[in-house]
Amino acid sequence: MNWTTVLQLALRALWRNKTRAMLTTLGVVIGVGSVIAMLGIGSGAQQRIAAQLASMGTNSLVIRSGSVTRGGVRTGAGGITTLTRDDADAIAELPDVVAVAPSLRDTAQVRYRGTNWGTAIQGVTPDYTIVRSWPLAEGEFITRRHVLGASHVCVLGQTVARELFGLTSPLGESIVIKGMACQVIGVLTEKGATAWGSDQDDAIFAPITTVQRKIKGITHIERIELEASDREASFRLIKEIKRLLRQRHRLREGQPDDFRMYNRAELAETSEESARVFTWLLGSIASVSLLVGGIGIMNIMLVSVTERTHEIGIRMALGARQRDILWQFLLEALVLSTAGGVLGIFLGLGGALAVARFSALPVTVTPVSVLVAFLFAGLVGVFFGLHPARKASQLRPIEALRYE
Amino acid sequence: MNAAPLLQIRDLQKAYVLDGVTIQALRDIDLNVEPGEFVAIMGPSGSGKSTLMYILGCLDVPDAGNYQLHGQDITRMDGDQLATLRNREIGFVFQNFNLLPRTSALENVETPLIYAGIGKTERRKKARATLERMGLGERLYHLPNQLSGGQAQRVAIARALVTQPSLLLADEPTGNVDTATSAEIMTLLDELNRQEGLTIVLITHEQEVAKHARRRLFLRDGRLEMQA
Ligand SMILES: Nc1ncnc2c1ncn2[C@@H]1O[C@H](COP(=O)(O)OP(=O)(O)O)[C@@H](O)[C@H]1O
Ligand SMILES: [Mg+2]
Repeated sequence: MNWTTVLQLALRALWRNKTRAMLTTLGVVIGVGSVIAMLGIGSGAQQRIAAQLASMGTNSLVIRSGSVTRGGVRTGAGGITTLTRDDADAIAELPDVVAVAPSLRDTAQVRYRGTNWGTAIQGVTPDYTIVRSWPLAEGEFITRRHVLGASHVCVLGQTVARELFGLTSPLGESIVIKGMACQVIGVLTEKGATAWGSDQDDAIFAPITTVQRKIKGITHIERIELEASDREASFRLIKEIKRLLRQRHRLREGQPDDFRMYNRAELAETSEESARVFTWLLGSIASVSLLVGGIGIMNIMLVSVTERTHEIGIRMALGARQRDILWQFLLEALVLSTAGGVLGIFLGLGGALAVARFSALPVTVTPVSVLVAFLFAGLVGVFFGLHPARKASQLRPIEALRYE
Repeated sequence: MNAAPLLQIRDLQKAYVLDGVTIQALRDIDLNVEPGEFVAIMGPSGSGKSTLMYILGCLDVPDAGNYQLHGQDITRMDGDQLATLRNREIGFVFQNFNLLPRTSALENVETPLIYAGIGKTERRKKARATLERMGLGERLYHLPNQLSGGQAQRVAIARALVTQPSLLLADEPTGNVDTATSAEIMTLLDELNRQEGLTIVLITHEQEVAKHARRRLFLRDGRLEMQA
């Protein structure tokens, strides 16, 4: 008996019970479909996180003025005034430091003619765009001269530019920040949301000195970001900067740090890892439904073997050998599962597209996940078809024939 | 006249054990059937006729004794060898027809040829020719439930003969049909035996049917008795 003949026998047997075959397949269709859709959603999330991390610059370190206990009162992060621009300059002297960007932040209601917009004001230095790897869309960025002179100039993020100016270019226009007129000298490119969902483009950038003296009226800073030459250097610099800052801030042994530091490389690794775990989690939940589909196949095949015991007996009387019966039933299971696999691929692709369309989530269905889901479906067919098929083939001819 | 019998049985025993009770279905059976013979086995219900036929047809194996078909000892064969033997040498006709359900007459007749490994075109051709010979050329695509009892039994006979077996085993082939159809089927078997030299072992409890056979044997409580 050759393959095409066995396949024909299997197909014909399934055709005789169309409704049942279709319902059995449905379990696998849903299983394969959800595996593909879930893996698509997972790897979409993974790619998005990877893109965001790349845009943040993964070799960078962030230092923030941190809480300290003074007479039992713990101030919140940023409540400390010890971090200064001199600290930033000292850090810039360390080896393997590519660029340093001290900054401080305020929020303000910004006005331009009739409109106004509440946003963040960031006081920064020229190196800020390097550390954040954030190019300009038009105009120029804040220069050393602007910083030295505490000039009334600013650079807008895309969101602010759009909210205040719509489609017209803001370059050369004057906006009012806390009663102070500021000339717009540049607009940054779109950066998108952070991994935590806040809009990075909703900000205005002004010379650090302007924000210190004319907006907040303080002399310290809140934050230093720096770019190390590579990942390894960023890990090493954490220790060196800690020592340097403690020394500069005259902290005694046993006194807690008055700053906090974190490493974006580390953050990147954690986020990538959690995205992978997320993908696996979704995938395994979906696999359970595929497994349930497989059990459905086994269930129906077992019923089918019992129902067709007499038929099996007739076939044996006509000369069917054990392996002929085995292959017929195994192929029936395999046809059910692979047909379910093919339909499930379409369902999965459709589901993934629908999710991508109706939610903001990016969805990427990879050929590998399609192949894996399909092979898994085939495997399910063999695994769950084997037991009923063996049961059928091992019937004794005479008992099968007598069975009513 | 013939040197080698088609089948030769010596001292064959078969018992069933049901709920701890042993039923001796066949005892001390000795039987020779020569090629071209037409033998009827008669006996009351429960006398062991079907049991004997299943063993003759290699669907079941005896507990003890010797059974040779074409000089081959079937008690030494494994399941696959017996399957091949059934496929090549034996044609079955059952009382309840035993056609594959929801399967056309043509496909039913093709089935033994599938297990013989014969290709599709050849299979179709042979199955069609055999059905036509049984006068069923118009019923090729009918399903079993669309056939009368006589037609269904003729499909079963076509299916038994399509592989050109050396032995036709018929277990009460007329048990489920009316008298007219019964006569028709017996005429067909007569012809096959006379014109083509087909060896037939027929099981029946009807005198009328047994009369067609050239030799009649009688089973009683699992023992075989000769009859004139
Ligand atoms: N599978 C079986 N299990 C137990 N007893 C059986 C089985 N088949 C037949 N028998 C018993 O064996 C005896 C012979 O049965 P069978 O060969 O069917 O007789 P017949 O065909 O002449 O009516 C009967 O007593 C029957 O009850
Ligand atoms: Mg009987």
